[in-house]
Amino acid sequence: MPKKIRVLLAKPGLDGHDRGIKVIAAAFRDAGFEVIYTGLRQTPQMIVDAAIQEDVDAIGVSILSGAHMTLFPAILEEMKKKGAGDIILFGGGIIPDDDKEALEKLGVAKIFTPGAPTEDAIEYIRRAVGERKTDDAVM
Amino acid sequence: MFSQKYLERLRERMKQWDKEADKLRARKSLPRFFTVSGDDIDELYTPASVKGAEEDDWYWEKLGLPGQFPYTRGVHHTLYRGRLWTMRQFAGLGTPRQTNERFKMLLKAGGTGLSTAFDLPTLMGYDSDHPRSLGEVGKCGVAVDTLADMEIIFDGIDLGKVSTSMTINSPASILLAMYLAVAEKEKVPFDQVRGTLQNDILKEYIAQKEYIFPPRPSVRLITDMMSYCTEHVPQYNTISISGYHIREAGATAAQELAFTLADGFHYIEAAMAAGQNVDDFAPRLSFFFNAHSDFFEEIAKYRAARRIYARRMRDKYGAKDERSWLLRFHTQTAGCTLTAQQPEINIARVALQGLSAVLGGTQSLHTNSMDETLALPSEKAARISLRTQQIIAYETGAPNTVDPLGGSWFVEALTDRMEAEAERIFAEIDERGGVIEAIEEGYFQREIARSAYRYQQEIEKKERIVVGINDFALENEVIEIPVLRIDYESERQQVEFCKKIKAQRDQAELNANLEKLGRTAAGTGNTFPVILDCVRAYASVGEMCDVLRKVWGEWSESQAAMQVS
Repeated sequence: MPKKIRVLLAKPGLDGHDRGIKVIAAAFRDAGFEVIYTGLRQTPQMIVDAAIQEDVDAIGVSILSGAHMTLFPAILEEMKKKGAGDIILFGGGIIPDDDKEALEKLGVAKIFTPGAPTEDAIEYIRRAVGERKTDDAVM
Repeated sequence: MFSQKYLERLRERMKQWDKEADKLRARKSLPRFFTVSGDDIDELYTPASVKGAEEDDWYWEKLGLPGQFPYTRGVHHTLYRGRLWTMRQFAGLGTPRQTNERFKMLLKAGGTGLSTAFDLPTLMGYDSDHPRSLGEVGKCGVAVDTLADMEIIFDGIDLGKVSTSMTINSPASILLAMYLAVAEKEKVPFDQVRGTLQNDILKEYIAQKEYIFPPRPSVRLITDMMSYCTEHVPQYNTISISGYHIREAGATAAQELAFTLADGFHYIEAAMAAGQNVDDFAPRLSFFFNAHSDFFEEIAKYRAARRIYARRMRDKYGAKDERSWLLRFHTQTAGCTLTAQQPEINIARVALQGLSAVLGGTQSLHTNSMDETLALPSEKAARISLRTQQIIAYETGAPNTVDPLGGSWFVEALTDRMEAEAERIFAEIDERGGVIEAIEEGYFQREIARSAYRYQQEIEKKERIVVGINDFALENEVIEIPVLRIDYESERQQVEFCKKIKAQRDQAELNANLEKLGRTAAGTGNTFPVILDCVRAYASVGEMCDVLRKVWGEWSESQAAMQVS
């Protein structure tokens, strides 16, 4: 039996809007993923530590507060520092197009913005994790 | 109101009508006829759809006249013919100076009240120079650290004339104290200060999640402030019991209604348990509801809210003053219905939502800006949303008569259904031991997450169409409206200003006041006058919250509350 895809979902920063992330968590669970939801107000360090400890394939964060240009880079840096650069970092929230491009350039694998169907995120994670596992095998 | 014979005849004729209609039912324009909350709607409503319509006193029991018990038709006799609703646009961005400029623009454009949005560090009780505030200063509202910031926000605005609403909860006492301290400096007596404080901490645990302390001491902060204001700031609405955020988090209309009223009843019981007389504080309680997209369901929600509240206040809490029976409310159109795709069409959504709030008898209204799924509103978008309210007020004829939908069989049946559903939910909360117990075990949080997921699935299965999202979408859309950006320069300036003010204070006076706050919080005295003294000594929001954190501890959600559905 293939190993289930494991995803850590977290809310970084001070933002308490958790509707989106809970909907994503439920959709991922129904799609057969193992979902670990950390809850609110997670620091980049807490998120990356939890991701390593839980041995996840991907980290998903939701930011609706406008602090995305601070928080995403901080998480990426923490991942690099802890040698977790192979974990897929994706996110969602109120993120203008320019920022989305900038963040994807920095190393955020994918940003989903309002209105995106959960099915898109599920498909994306399946594909990206599949590719990541193939890379592992090659190495 | 209708004789048994009349209703029997109606039912007979309906049978024939039903047979005729049956031949046409194969054709369907929509996959399902149901409300935004997921409740099925009948094809037709008649007097026979309304329970009890055959009783003589049905009209007086259920509807009555506007301005009279049970207030289903409105809290005033003449409603908007006497005075239009307050057009209160929520605003707050960046530095106190930027917010002051936006406020002056809104007043100049014909806004009739102010409404302040604070940034996340302020809402969470951190100063702008705190490490957790990094990147968040001034982002979703204005940053306030000390009284000095509040002085700038209201610079050149007469606090004796304008009414100001402040959306703040956990540190609400602190921000009200700052507002009063500004009034004091401008020589405006406290008894002339008008406005509303959101100050509804229960819905933070339930939905918006901007809490600092555990529920019980948080509720004490509120009752302390209510008691102070009853005596000294009699025109100020001390709490705005809010369903808005509960709805935004995904609740159905009935959940919004019932959870919000349950919170309200909890505050009332807490104030009464603290020895306050219900008629002393109840006339200044107000509510805040969401205006979602289901036009009639929303109108029914507002009408049911007034009726349930009036009955409880009179019959359960023994309020004698008629003003205590009135459920007065502010409404904001539903941010969660706005689409980032084709953002201009949000103007149409907001107009219809705003109209439902007006037809439901709201006392004040915020209409959202079309660009809120992209960023904080640009000046142009904010102006258009205010203009939308002005069109409702001056062009649609909606203010001409009170409760124009009263007596619509559909609206009355929906109002009854909303009330019955709310009563069922009250019973569930009671079974769990009350609001705080239900929060602790995650009841509200799970119920809301479940509703949010159901709604999302309906969209993805195309049972529900959202224009621009799962139908009528544009390919390769380019967003053509201006998007407001809060630059990091604002944050840098605010952090610098915060440090500068902190360095200028009389440390001995400051420490003495903060120590007194700690002692009062640990004891049973009223915290509000002590907070006011701290504010006068330019203590910061973060410093005061730190003192209270030490005494009361911090709240975090249980695993049960984090369950996703």
